[in-house]
Amino acid sequence: MAVAVRQQVQDAARVVLSARGLTKVYRMGEVDVHALRGVDFSLSEGEFVVLLGASGSGKSTLLNIIGGLDVPTQGQVHYLDHDLAHASERELTRYRREHVGFVFQFYNLIPSLTARENVALVTDIAVSPMRPEQALELVGLGGRLDHFPSQLSGGEQQRVALARAIAKRPSLLLCDEPTGALDAKTGRVVLEVIARINQELGTTTAVITHNAPIAQMADRVVTLADGRVATERHNARKRAPSELEW
Amino acid sequence: MVRAIDRKLLRDLSLLKGQVATIALVVAAGITAYVSTFSIYRSLSTSQQAYYERARFADVFARLERAPNAVMEQVATLPGVAQAEAREVETVLLDMPTLAEPVVGQIVSIPGRGLPLLNQLHLRAGRMVEPGRSNEVVVNEAFFEAHGLELGDRILALVNGRRVALRVVGVALSPEFVYAVPPGGFWDDNLRFGIFWMDRDVLAAAFRMEGAFNDVIIRLAPGANPEAVVDALDRVLKPYGGLGAYPRDKQISDRYVTSEIQQLKGNATVVPVIFLGVAAFLVNVVLSRLIGTQREQIAALKALGYSDVTVGAHYLKLVMVVVGLGAVGGVAMGVWAGRALMGLYTEVFRFPLLTFRLDLGTVVGSILFSAGSAVVGALAAVRQVVRLPPAEAMRPLAPPTYRPSLLERSGFHRLFSQGGRMVLRDLERRPVRLLLSSLGIGLAVAILIVGSFSIDAVRYLMDVQYGQVQREALSLTFSRSVPDRVRRELEHIPGVLHTEPLRMVPVRLVAGPRNYETAIQGLPAGGEHRQVLDAERRPVALAGEGLMLGRELARRLGVGVGDALRVEVQEGGRPVREARVVYLVDDLIGLSAYMEIGALDRLMGDDRTITGATLSVDRARMDEIYARIKELPLVAGVGRTDLFKQQFEKQVAEVMVVFTFVLAVFAAAIAVGVVYNNARIALAVRARDLASLRVLGFTRREISLILLSEIAVSLLLALPMGLVLGKVFAIGVASVAVDSELFRLPPIIEPSTYAFAVLVVLAAGVVSALLVRRRLDHLDLIGVLKTRE
Repeated sequence: MAVAVRQQVQDAARVVLSARGLTKVYRMGEVDVHALRGVDFSLSEGEFVVLLGASGSGKSTLLNIIGGLDVPTQGQVHYLDHDLAHASERELTRYRREHVGFVFQFYNLIPSLTARENVALVTDIAVSPMRPEQALELVGLGGRLDHFPSQLSGGEQQRVALARAIAKRPSLLLCDEPTGALDAKTGRVVLEVIARINQELGTTTAVITHNAPIAQMADRVVTLADGRVATERHNARKRAPSELEW
Repeated sequence: MVRAIDRKLLRDLSLLKGQVATIALVVAAGITAYVSTFSIYRSLSTSQQAYYERARFADVFARLERAPNAVMEQVATLPGVAQAEAREVETVLLDMPTLAEPVVGQIVSIPGRGLPLLNQLHLRAGRMVEPGRSNEVVVNEAFFEAHGLELGDRILALVNGRRVALRVVGVALSPEFVYAVPPGGFWDDNLRFGIFWMDRDVLAAAFRMEGAFNDVIIRLAPGANPEAVVDALDRVLKPYGGLGAYPRDKQISDRYVTSEIQQLKGNATVVPVIFLGVAAFLVNVVLSRLIGTQREQIAALKALGYSDVTVGAHYLKLVMVVVGLGAVGGVAMGVWAGRALMGLYTEVFRFPLLTFRLDLGTVVGSILFSAGSAVVGALAAVRQVVRLPPAEAMRPLAPPTYRPSLLERSGFHRLFSQGGRMVLRDLERRPVRLLLSSLGIGLAVAILIVGSFSIDAVRYLMDVQYGQVQREALSLTFSRSVPDRVRRELEHIPGVLHTEPLRMVPVRLVAGPRNYETAIQGLPAGGEHRQVLDAERRPVALAGEGLMLGRELARRLGVGVGDALRVEVQEGGRPVREARVVYLVDDLIGLSAYMEIGALDRLMGDDRTITGATLSVDRARMDEIYARIKELPLVAGVGRTDLFKQQFEKQVAEVMVVFTFVLAVFAAAIAVGVVYNNARIALAVRARDLASLRVLGFTRREISLILLSEIAVSLLLALPMGLVLGKVFAIGVASVAVDSELFRLPPIIEPSTYAFAVLVVLAAGVVSALLVRRRLDHLDLIGVLKTRE
């Protein structure tokens, strides 16, 4: 019962991002690669979505488009009243700067900056950010503020990246294979942080993975194959990351 | 059939084309400088030697008042003398229709029959004079051209008080006047100084020198010591008013030509070394970066069975292509620049045959040297990869280790944004590279300063000489010593406002074993025209009996204030006197001694004698004054201060434009080479970081700022380095490149020269930074996130 109610609440929640009929064609040398072939996709406020798919299924392309890193060849994407499909380079930069937090497989930390400074990179240019220390506290790295990336383990580096992503209080948190470079144990720690941020801060979160078990912690799971949405399902019960096995 | 590994070479080259081009440009600049200056040095030096040999240029020279021809027998039999020739040399004033002012002519006798034994003429047009035909002359080519003369033209000369029309029958060159400096001048002046060769009998008749001579030239026997011959000759000529013999290296034309050749040789070595050093550094920087990014490829090649040597050779080939491009461009530009420069030299130095010959040895040498320096630059980088076991090389490089920079640790932490910290920490991690980059750019600044400084220094020298030391409008040199009252005649010329006496006494100054031949200038105390200056260029009062000695002359004689000198007068009764040094003068031109004119009279034991006068005049009446002076038989020479300056300004302006332009191009090549390559590497190293920042929402402008501030730091560090280096080089050049006996260049550098150097280099830096900046717009945001570095 409770689950059903929550489901309805979720359905009733405001849609913040919607994409209709997205196609993306890359020209790779002599051939056209159809990365997306007409995808409809949306994110509601506070929702946790996992995008599943094999490599080449189009999931990263989709994430790049909703994150403002790329524009579709055809179709519509809106984030609230922002038209992302027809935005200029400058508008996309501003969208990323104000609304989106990114986490990547390879962390992409700046090696010459400490954990605190990597986070400060974002808080310096954000509108109402948290303090870098607070963001690092949230990911459990309050004690490693002044360490350089070369002094941190992979899991710790990914958590710094996570802190950097959430420090601006983004409305969208987009994670591309956040555990791809980590072992299972460390991966679970990172996923726990992501789940906690989704819950405590209410940040709309999309996680890309080819690792199916991770889908069990989502509200909704969208599977892509060959540039199309293959299946979409709601999890009746979200599992905690600590319960996941892979 | 191109091997696969060579295909890779071609692709790498096309990938790096911007960097390849800029490094090749620096190499080309070095080779251009070397090939052009060294080839000119060789051409001039061989032309000089060949010409001297062919024309039988004398080894020893002597002037005297008058000696009977019989004395020549004594001269010819002196030990060490192979050939001796007596001549008559006279200085006359000419009245050229194109010029208001009098022109100085030097008439040199040639035998009526047969060729001169020594200093043979090279006829360029017309014919030699015919014996017995009075008033035929052969004229030097430079003067002939400067006045647009034609064969058969007549030139009016004041010969011993009479106006004589000299008829031009031939045009010639002489090894004695390759560079013709008028008496009392510092540079050639082909408009106001001409040389005329005349039949000896005719000349002797005109100057009442029959059966006598007043000039001797000598060719030495092989192995003879010139100094010994000079001394012996002096002894022989002393009773005949010998004015001091001197060896060839003190002959004024040879002196200028040889010192120019020496300077070229200096330039031909120093400048290219700077360029090729910078090129070696750039090759090293670019190659180590390239090899850094190709670690895994190298490992794969080695795993596939390519040997260390093959892999190493692969990268060296890349370097060779860069050097090869630079060499082809450099040799081509070197030939072009060499020809252009040679054109300037043929105007200035009159050799019968002066052509630019590209010296093959020079070309090969310069290419080998640049290849060598580039290989040295590349070796360290190549060795670093070749040493790696393939398995290790295949693993990506460990993340670089950083720490807070010194500036932050010293408590300035808060001053820097995150971007600022990134820049600082990177620079601090590679201090040597930063330093070398800045040094490279600094050298570009220094090259520009050194190139332009001599113009500043010479201009300063002219300002001092004609603004303070010689302030008269005209200076007259008389053909003999006369009583001071002659000046009154000059003062009666309408337009002459004021005159001052001038007495020049040729002397040999002797201090122990050292001696030097010069003239003592007798100047009036409290005079308005000529002044003696101290180190701060303030006038010094002329008083007392002592000798005021130029500082450089005192150094050469090894004397100081208070020391006594023996003064051997080189004219008249040749008295020997003693004088005490009372002051050291910081003069810039020549090696002179000065005395108050009354004291000089007393030293010489006569009263109020002058050998010349200085005049202030009403400039509006200059033509009238000239007309009167031309009629004075006493006047042997006229110097016009403002013309010296004008002529100099014109010469400098011409040379300056060419020289400054070439140097600016060279310096810009270095600046672009260093800045562009460093920026490209900074971009390669930072691409991932910068792309990450773009993803996080940084604008293009914000990430450009991070990249460009790195370039800015190296530029800012380079500028003071360059200014200091430029000053140091200038001091070095001033002390080495100039013959300090002729003049001394003060290391004066005008602020405008500094500013020009800085602006050229900054402009080059900004342009190359902008080229790299454009690449930031095409950062692959998505690709960079998907790959591990």
